[in-house]
Amino acid sequence: MAANPMSQFEVYRIGPEIKVGAFDISFTNASLFMVISSLAILIIFNLGSKKNSLLPNKLQLLTELSYNFVSKMIGDTAGSKARPYFAFIFSLFMFVLFCNMFGMIPYTFTVTSHIIVTFMLATFIFIGVTIIGFIKHGFGYLKLFVPSGVPIVLLPLIVVIEIISYLSRPISLSVRLFANMMAGHTMMKVFGGFVISLGIVGGWLPLSFSVALTGLEILVAFLQAYVFAILTCIYLNDALNLHH
Amino acid sequence: MIKKIFFQLVFFNFLFVGKVFSAESGGMPQLNPEFWFSQIFWLSITFGILYIVLSKLILPKISSNLEQRKSQISDNIEAADKQREASETKLKEYDEIILKSKNEAKNIYNQAREKAIKDINVKKEILDKQIEEEIKKAEDEISELKQGAPEKITKIAIETSSELIQKLIGNEINNSSISAIVDDLSKKNRSKYYGN
Repeated sequence: MAANPMSQFEVYRIGPEIKVGAFDISFTNASLFMVISSLAILIIFNLGSKKNSLLPNKLQLLTELSYNFVSKMIGDTAGSKARPYFAFIFSLFMFVLFCNMFGMIPYTFTVTSHIIVTFMLATFIFIGVTIIGFIKHGFGYLKLFVPSGVPIVLLPLIVVIEIISYLSRPISLSVRLFANMMAGHTMMKVFGGFVISLGIVGGWLPLSFSVALTGLEILVAFLQAYVFAILTCIYLNDALNLHH
Repeated sequence: MIKKIFFQLVFFNFLFVGKVFSAESGGMPQLNPEFWFSQIFWLSITFGILYIVLSKLILPKISSNLEQRKSQISDNIEAADKQREASETKLKEYDEIILKSKNEAKNIYNQAREKAIKDINVKKEILDKQIEEEIKKAEDEISELKQGAPEKITKIAIETSSELIQKLIGNEINNSSISAIVDDLSKKNRSKYYGN
């Protein structure tokens, strides 16, 4: 099991099998790490916002910095109209970030390395953004697919391309996160396996690679959470401020 | 020798790893739909709870904390500005008072100086007048004396010369003849004695 770089992505039941109708909703290791990530976020941000001192302590500073970071990110990409969706994007960013980061600890499970999880998040965002767009602009939202200043001859082609690109948004969003996390973790596992199999003589080279990769993967974990959140902001911006 | 063993190790280990990859039968566990519903279910529960708690409890608190701090800081800055302005006006007042008192002191000094100069001038004039009067008096006396001097001298000369003649000759001589001679002499020598 240890030698298989894909075995780290295996989901297994923790505790009894729970079935609702035909659906298996048993508590798994993936569920465990979703719960752990959410709890960690809630605990950190609760402690960080508990008391308000003029000179913040470290935890308070952390929470306020992340608040301002996400707030600025939303303000820069989607403008002031996106204010009501701040809490959602904040939760999304923190959830993805914490899941990615918890995945960096050895023997843990990376929730975001599963396509179904990222695809669900992306689909939810896609559907939500589409609904917001239609509520804000009615059928005028369809103008999103008709860019202004395009020659009439090219218009049918452009519209088709725009529709395809719009519909592929959840897929690109989810696959980007999932593939990044999976590839990184697989690579680390492979290099770790090399360390063991090459032993004391040849294991130093893959070990140093592994160390460097860990740093890179931590960067990727943050970056992918950021990209996920900022793409959500951009999609939201399309829905809120329709100027294509 | 060691090098050879090392390269053999590396080579065979790569073979071994390759074997492991080929032996893997399940493929990607992500594509196994066995736990998809479980994952969707738990994702919606955890993320839903996370979203609700964050949006209803924690984020408003952080936002109010930030607002509070901002307002506190801006209040403090405002208060500091006010105090600075107050101190500036006080400083201005102080400067004005100093300037005023300096002017007053200058005025008083000038007045005193003018008064003193006036007094001095008045006294000087009086003194000048007195001095002039005295000089005039003295000059008058001198000129009087000057005017009276030839007559007196003539008289003395006449008396002296009459006595002298009496003693020498023993006769009394008429004063008038002597005075005529003396007058004559004195007229001759007048310019020699008085210079005019």
